[in-house]
Amino acid sequence: MVGELEFERPVVQLRNKIAELKEFTKSADVDLSSEIEKLELRLEKLEKDIYENIKPWDRVQIARHPNRPTTLDYIAHLFDGFFECHGDRAFGDDEAIVGGVAKFRGLPVTVIGHQRGKDTKENIRRNFGMPHPEGYRKALRLMKQADKFNRPIICFIDTKGAYPGKAAEERGQSEAIARNLFEMAGFNVPVICIVIGEGGSGGALALGVGNRMYMLENSTYSVISPEGAAAILWKDSSLAKKAAESMKITAPDLKELGIIDDIIPEIKGGAHKDVKGQAEEIDLFLKKSLKELLELSKEELVADRYNRFRTIGEYSFLKDYISI
Amino acid sequence: MLKELFTKNTHKKKKYATIPTEAAKNDVPEGIMTKCPSCKTIMYTKELNKNLKVCLHCGFHFAMNAKERIVSFLDEGSFEEINENMVSENPLNFPDYLEKVEKDRQKTKINEAVVTGCGSVNGNKIALAIMDSTFRMGSMGSVVGEKITRAIEKADEMSIPFIIFTASGGARMQEGVLSLMQMAKTSVALKRFSDNGGLIISIMTHPTTGGVSASFASLGDYNFAEPGALIGFAGRRVIEQSIREELPEDFQTAEFLLKHGQLDAIISRPDLIDKITNLLEIHQPGGEIEW
Repeated sequence: MVGELEFERPVVQLRNKIAELKEFTKSADVDLSSEIEKLELRLEKLEKDIYENIKPWDRVQIARHPNRPTTLDYIAHLFDGFFECHGDRAFGDDEAIVGGVAKFRGLPVTVIGHQRGKDTKENIRRNFGMPHPEGYRKALRLMKQADKFNRPIICFIDTKGAYPGKAAEERGQSEAIARNLFEMAGFNVPVICIVIGEGGSGGALALGVGNRMYMLENSTYSVISPEGAAAILWKDSSLAKKAAESMKITAPDLKELGIIDDIIPEIKGGAHKDVKGQAEEIDLFLKKSLKELLELSKEELVADRYNRFRTIGEYSFLKDYISI
Repeated sequence: MLKELFTKNTHKKKKYATIPTEAAKNDVPEGIMTKCPSCKTIMYTKELNKNLKVCLHCGFHFAMNAKERIVSFLDEGSFEEINENMVSENPLNFPDYLEKVEKDRQKTKINEAVVTGCGSVNGNKIALAIMDSTFRMGSMGSVVGEKITRAIEKADEMSIPFIIFTASGGARMQEGVLSLMQMAKTSVALKRFSDNGGLIISIMTHPTTGGVSASFASLGDYNFAEPGALIGFAGRRVIEQSIREELPEDFQTAEFLLKHGQLDAIISRPDLIDKITNLLEIHQPGGEIEW
């Protein structure tokens, strides 16, 4: 099988062995059906063991899987009549972010998301899904338009991070991200954010100030990549695996920390194994959250977003403190 | 052997480059056949018209006048014109101005450089303004500004989307600063309409320049353009002479603008009705939601 990951190798090996045996019984005159049956039972147990106890680092690998479905893959399955809108009206069109209008079950919505490429050529065009300021400004333009026409906003988050480069700095990468956080706080429409792959730091958060936050089971969301964290903390980026484990970046971690509302279950072994099936899972969550949020007034929606982010953070007070 | 090659060349008969004359460039009987200025293919005018005036060979978009646009874009028989009888004055007593306007009226069989009214696209009611570059190069004077403003107000009054097809060389010189102020007039009308939740769609066609590109043409919730359309503020020659720099080949084309973030999309004519219908339906209030 193409693109299998290391942690699932035992499953793949066993599955291959069973297939081999089945093939063998066809050609040779031996009855191995009881053995095959035993092995299949073992496979079932092994799958359960492995896929239900995926380690953080393995989740990082799934989130980065080259065949992992992208924003446009999900858009094609979830929405009707998607109309892509280009450009920030100021500098350029950043293809690392896609956005446009569409209908979700008949309801007009604005959909925006980071977009990785499927191959090298597309990745170069889309800058590996790492946006420049014009990408964030396009997203903001489309969100403002959604606000004007009273359309819910749905954001798919999937980026290693905002692009770190000279041109990006010159055009105000920080301002572009900051502006999105600021403006997203004030929209009078429901905003739903779903991390579908990697949620890389500020570049992810710039599409992430929502009334609802969901993560696909094998996606990650963190302040920095595990490699980056390892380099800063231990001056050794090869300790990324260790960093991934200690930084709490997986969906179950963020659920536990109360950052996200829910985990969207993934197809066994990762979303890349069945895009359509995965889209159906996402559909359930979109449906549920939109139904709830459309009940809220404009003021309630803004207040809801405020409260959600206002309450994040942990602290305590000392009784004996040093006074100045 | 190398030498041979050279000698052979010198023995060759002298060749002269031929430069086609103006007459040769358009050496096709007028009316029956049309030659594509882009790929030079000659085709039946009838077939070209049937294909929405898009070259059957290379996809070049020939200019469309207002009438052709109405017929090709709106539902049959749905168009109702408004303010069709509004005509220009000569506020600056500009020599020969009204004569020129009158001549264009006779030539184009429309009264001004914009036709406005209401109609429907696949049943979706809209107010629209269609500029016509065959009338005074689609230039904007008081009448063009006023008719567009009234069309916007009509859309506002009826709570329907406003669609504008732009084609203009810019402000009309003969009306001076009054023309300039039409930019502001149309823009304030659009702002009020937009604040009331109105949907504005701008479709820029060849050419959209000067004061028109710097006002309502760029103010759509959605800005589209036809392939290859020239869109810009200052003309190419003016820029080249002032910055003394050669400009890229595709400078100020629709494709150039898309790359630089100014357009939502380029829509070719055969796709226009479907794409606009899709957009209008997304903006239609009160649809059924299938939970």
